[in-house]
Amino acid sequence: MKTIVRIPCVTTTSISNMAACAELPAGGFVFENCQRNKFLESQGYKVPKAYKTGTTICGLVYKDGIVLGADTRATEDTIVADKNCAKIHYISSNIYCCGAGTAADTEMTTQLISSELELHRLNTGRQPRVCTANRLLKQMLFRYHGYIGAALVLGGVDSTGPHLYSIWPHGSTDKLPFVTMGSGSLAAMATFEDRYKADLSRDEAMKLVRDAICAGIFNDLGSGSNVDLCVITKDKVDYIRPYEEANKKGVRQGKYRYDRGTTVVISSEVKKVELEVIDTEVRAVPMET
Amino acid sequence: MSILAYNGAAIIAMKGKDCVAIAADRRFGVQAQTVSMDFDKVFEMGPHLFVGLPGLATDVQTISQRLKFRLNLYELRENRRIKPQTFMSMVSNLLYERRFGPYFVEPVIAGLDSKTNQPYIASMDLIGCPMITDDFVVSGTCSEQMYGMCESLWEPDLSPDDLFETISQALMNAFDRDALSGWGGVVYIIEKDKVTKKLLKTRMD
Repeated sequence: MKTIVRIPCVTTTSISNMAACAELPAGGFVFENCQRNKFLESQGYKVPKAYKTGTTICGLVYKDGIVLGADTRATEDTIVADKNCAKIHYISSNIYCCGAGTAADTEMTTQLISSELELHRLNTGRQPRVCTANRLLKQMLFRYHGYIGAALVLGGVDSTGPHLYSIWPHGSTDKLPFVTMGSGSLAAMATFEDRYKADLSRDEAMKLVRDAICAGIFNDLGSGSNVDLCVITKDKVDYIRPYEEANKKGVRQGKYRYDRGTTVVISSEVKKVELEVIDTEVRAVPMET
Repeated sequence: MSILAYNGAAIIAMKGKDCVAIAADRRFGVQAQTVSMDFDKVFEMGPHLFVGLPGLATDVQTISQRLKFRLNLYELRENRRIKPQTFMSMVSNLLYERRFGPYFVEPVIAGLDSKTNQPYIASMDLIGCPMITDDFVVSGTCSEQMYGMCESLWEPDLSPDDLFETISQALMNAFDRDALSGWGGVVYIIEKDKVTKKLLKTRMD
């Protein structure tokens, strides 16, 4: 049982005490740098772009549950920052969420709602419902009026059956049998509109989602690399990462290893690391006579 | 000009066989003028855990101090060394707290898990989105050049000496093509039983 030590917030004039009180994170956003950052912007310095997930994400409802799919590219403007990022986030054991938009926002928002949902589950004693996750997400995103750039595809199977929602950064949601989001959503939606029908089998559904994501990967510049799938049914979840390596890395043709000693070193310092003793065991051995 | 390019920096972290290396340039400049050539951008957070902070120098120093503070509290509470993955979450949290008024740093984390000695590298954007890879991570004003060098030079399972050569050459050749970074280099090679810090002889222009 861990005990949380809290530094008492004593109102003395001691600067170190006040600094300690000011530092402990209280939860929620902190806006202390905003004035400085606005000033820097007014001086003409461009604000750096955060990682966007570009993305093609989609989901559909099939006979036994939900299939969610996502590509795996994260971009920083036009540079591919991450060639294999995971865009299908865990919300609860029966609910998963794909995220498009600003990568940090999708990551943090899904983690936050996952925690809230877990607390809710402990409170109610029941398996969480997809509509609850949807409600929590949309209420949070609306509160920030679109400034949290998270466009999500939420899917899961609960006691009332399989449910699929798409959630937009401003907080509106759509409950549909098939949805796509992200910069490659048009390519994926074209595939879905062509071939979707109700009550697909598991293999047909997986193939359709794979084809939709591949349409995004090969036609949209913001999406690329592999296809990740998540198949959710009443009894289990199959998180298949990667489902298909749509783009394999080439094999290097030459050897580019440098000989040892190529780099000129001015000075070198070796610091031995003290290995921590975790456990000491003394075993007494009887003497032989 | 971007705020991240006000001071200029170049940091790479690479995984090797049972070791990690993190390398950084040493320039501290104010736009075009170089002020000092021994500015630390890689900070030790534990015997096997290092964080590299490229970006606006004031935020580099503020963040390293705030991180050390949070880390100290963590280690006092938990009575053990922090795992690299947990530390990454701590950095991500610190940056995302300031989502709407961010610190202008894009950290790079390199470390060995203290129990299993598994190498770990990760990088983040300025609002804390984590990116964990199995090969290398780069951050700084010459990130495009560093991506190019690393993609060409890195191979899996390099021994500590080969990893040193690879990361040094990748860093130096990348920052030689960038006006805002360079002026010396420092490489930390982190192994199970020792950490080696080497200062590189580079072009000083």
